[in-house]
Amino acid sequence: MSLALSTQLICFLLLSGALLLGALGVVLLPNVVYSAFLLGGVLLSMAGLYLLLNASFVAAAQVLVYVGAVNVLILFAIMLVNKRQPMRPMRVLLLRRLLSVAVCLGLLALLVQVALTTPWALPGPPSIGEAALTRIGEHFFTDYLLPFEVASVLLLMAMIGAIVLARRDVLARDVVTGEPADQALLERQRPPFLPSQGGSSPSAPSPR
Amino acid sequence: MTITDIPLQAYLVVAAMLFCIGVWGLINSRNAVRVLMSIELMLNAVNLNMMAFSSYLDGAQVRGQVFAVFIITVAAAEAAVGLAILLSLYRNRDTVDMEQFNLLRW
Repeated sequence: MSLALSTQLICFLLLSGALLLGALGVVLLPNVVYSAFLLGGVLLSMAGLYLLLNASFVAAAQVLVYVGAVNVLILFAIMLVNKRQPMRPMRVLLLRRLLSVAVCLGLLALLVQVALTTPWALPGPPSIGEAALTRIGEHFFTDYLLPFEVASVLLLMAMIGAIVLARRDVLARDVVTGEPADQALLERQRPPFLPSQGGSSPSAPSPR
Repeated sequence: MTITDIPLQAYLVVAAMLFCIGVWGLINSRNAVRVLMSIELMLNAVNLNMMAFSSYLDGAQVRGQVFAVFIITVAAAEAAVGLAILLSLYRNRDTVDMEQFNLLRW
């Protein structure tokens, strides 16, 4: 985008600040619903960063796919599985958190070190700006044609897999034997085989 | 136009921070939905790297953008299947606590 330098810098700082704060909120807030809404904000600021990087098509795809589909899907999942119960306390939770903070900070230091010390081949070829959309289309239908088609198969497989995994009703008769299927087996009232919170026996009976 | 204002490293550092936040959330979340959200954060960090490299180092052939579109596709498929697995897991075990999904523990 043809913005002035200071505007670009301000946009970058605002967007990356919103991105990082929102990401911290996603992993730290106790209420998972707030996390999901903050995730939407994170994805929107990511789309803004894409716009700063001259990638309007990917920014639009990000808004459509991530904010429009994935985030809504996550909200629906929260709505379906949200069980307001406190998690069972664990003993070494604090130690684990501190250890993982150390590991993540180490990883961050490594990545930043690599990013800052590698001699990137700058400046690269001049950006083609808004003509990138045409170029992406050419890529999709010439040298990346096979991945493009495989991606459609992948989406189909994911759709069928999600339906099969999440559906509740079952076939009326067994596919193999042709006998009427035992619906009670699949729709039975499940006994709470995890003992309710703070229960006595940690060894749950193995599920069928 | 040229993008010489903001250095490439700024984007890389932001992406690294986002990735590390995602890793931390992935390790530490006990709610399974939050684990999926952390995975989305990590995928977005990778995407930001792709876009930065595509814009700064590969301005003529924007191959990074093509890869980013593929990553978005795979992430959508992953989210759908992951949430379906989560739903059936919830029906099976009646909880979303990651610590109680221990059927495969030795």
